Amino acid sequence: MNKTLPKWADVLLIPLLNLFLALFISGLVVLFIGKDPIEAVKVMIQGAFGKYGIGYTLYYTTNFIFTGLAVAVAFHARLFNIGGEGQAGLGGVGVALILMSFNWPHWTIAILAASIAAFVFGAAWAAIPAYLQAKRGSHIVITTIMFNLIGSALINYLLVGPMKAPGMAPETPHFPPGASIPTLHDFFGLFGIAFDKNSPANISIFIALAALVFVYILIWKTRIGYEIRAFGHSEKAAVYAGISPLKITMIAMLISGGLAGLLAVNTVQGEAERLILDTVQGAGFVGIAVSLMGRNHPIGVLLAAFLFGILYQGGGELSFAMGIPREMIVVIQALVIMFTGSLENIVRIPVERLFARFGKGEA
Amino acid sequence: MELLQLMDSAVRLATPLLLAALAGLYSERSGIFDIGLEGKMLMGAFVAGAFSAVAGMPVADGGWGWTHGMAWFGLFMAIIVSVMLSLIHGFASITLRGNQLISGVAINFFAAGTTVLVGQEWFHSGGMTPTLKDNQRFEPITLPFADAVKDVPVLGPIYSDLISGHNIIVYIALAAVPVTWWILFRTRFGLRLRAVGENPAAVDTAGISVIKQRYAAVIIAGVLCGVAGAYLSLGTSAAGFVKDMSAGKGFIALAALIFAKWQPRGVLMAALLFGFLEAIGNKYQSVDLGLFVIPVQFMQALPYILTVVILAGFIGKAVPPAAGGEPYVKER
Repeated sequence: MNKTLPKWADVLLIPLLNLFLALFISGLVVLFIGKDPIEAVKVMIQGAFGKYGIGYTLYYTTNFIFTGLAVAVAFHARLFNIGGEGQAGLGGVGVALILMSFNWPHWTIAILAASIAAFVFGAAWAAIPAYLQAKRGSHIVITTIMFNLIGSALINYLLVGPMKAPGMAPETPHFPPGASIPTLHDFFGLFGIAFDKNSPANISIFIALAALVFVYILIWKTRIGYEIRAFGHSEKAAVYAGISPLKITMIAMLISGGLAGLLAVNTVQGEAERLILDTVQGAGFVGIAVSLMGRNHPIGVLLAAFLFGILYQGGGELSFAMGIPREMIVVIQALVIMFTGSLENIVRIPVERLFARFGKGEA
Repeated sequence: MELLQLMDSAVRLATPLLLAALAGLYSERSGIFDIGLEGKMLMGAFVAGAFSAVAGMPVADGGWGWTHGMAWFGLFMAIIVSVMLSLIHGFASITLRGNQLISGVAINFFAAGTTVLVGQEWFHSGGMTPTLKDNQRFEPITLPFADAVKDVPVLGPIYSDLISGHNIIVYIALAAVPVTWWILFRTRFGLRLRAVGENPAAVDTAGISVIKQRYAAVIIAGVLCGVAGAYLSLGTSAAGFVKDMSAGKGFIALAALIFAKWQPRGVLMAALLFGFLEAIGNKYQSVDLGLFVIPVQFMQALPYILTVVILAGFIGKAVPPAAGGEPYVKER
């Protein structure tokens, strides 16, 4: 929108300044409740990178890569997908249905099947909002919010009804043993590297990394990616160039929902090994922050997802070590969304003015 | 009798929906999307509960030892803080021309986090406020002659059980519907408010400030959300604030607003309908229709399903204000 800003300032300086502001205000919140922010940062970093913590950090990071990419792909088509929470939840239903149906001979087949099921179910849950947006002009933000809530009711119903295991708890039976995928402990063990045995991190992190590459190629190296970006840039121009809004909206949202659905491979197949209530735990919403912070670029998403992984794991330690409730993470998340999203111009406008002034001096 | 009880609880459950949906009505009619209704309501609920609790607490326990007016004070503070959140939303979406949807999402999370954080710091009970005594809350009001006419057939119970016996906020919410209609459709302020939501450039050309008009709408929305929040903690049987107590009501209110096609009277109908659905869901675990059983989860999801159907335009088309969500940029 403004040519006064060099690229490095646009992709690096402004996000970092915004992030700094968000973290600074988070620090003020910590001060406000009478705790020491510096101490809090120490506790969080130790908690996130300690011998036991790192596995959880990577586990959360995996989730946030999936949901961050989901939001990012939709953003490229200028669609705001708030439905990651529901799509990931339904992905879990898909994973549970397929894994309970067969006796899996080997985990490699099981993870492939589970991934496909997760993607398909997640995509399916995004399909109706996408279709309604493209065909009937219903606002996708509202419909995806509604689908989150409908999805959560549906999963509740399934877990107390048709899919429920015998017993009291609202959960499915355990998946058959063949469906169990290796943890990072098993994986690193092959190379003789020690990794915490009790951590939930598992090899689905490699699916997440592959998804990053997939999205990069999709958005920047394929025709369809070009069309998605063109559509996001200007719908009118895209239509004029012969790009079908229905097709682009559907494709972008199906991929977006599918990526969100893949989260279930990590949480449902990898960690719980059965479908339980609330497997997503807000990761769908964290994806919004991750995507905004990562500027909708896979590398940015990777870094932001890792940062939020640290925040989630380290933030949990805050309540043990300092009596700061876990909700501190939600506040930080809110401030990151605010400053890198809606209040972005608070930094951008003054920075642009600065560059305009000094830029003139040089020329 | 059973139906009367259901309708009675429908009115109670509809009240916060009604207030929040009216808040959304002002905001969205002026062209500012507000998916932060949920957060503002939650914040209002916490602030109202917390201040009423502290004000009414004996001085010996660290409170202020008030004996009356705690509930009103709580309501007042809830409005102040909710309006502050509204102003952040306004600053982001009007002044900085940021993304209104993202701003709303951020406000929802901010409220969800800070209410527990501050609540834990102040009261040390997992984000809950202490249980409020009767005089710290809004108590039911018995309307005149409610007892006298109780035995009159049909009309008696309707008056004494359904119409009488709610707290003041319920009546405020119901009164807010005609007042809103009057403001929006019979005053100059309302005409301008609707105009900035449909065609801000035209309003600007007429020499009226789009920015001021939109800020005014956003502030009104903040006030109404604050009242809705205060109702949750001071006007229901919860008797205090509980973590996440808005529990998606802000989103149901949003749904009611769309369901109502951005009309005040429709908002009343939609809020009552959704309140009634919730009342049924609370009273019966599942509804047995003989041929098949409707699970309770379906009842809970019904408002959202209906909203999607409405949005899809299968039952009349819901057309939002034309300039909704678009920041206004003055031409230079």
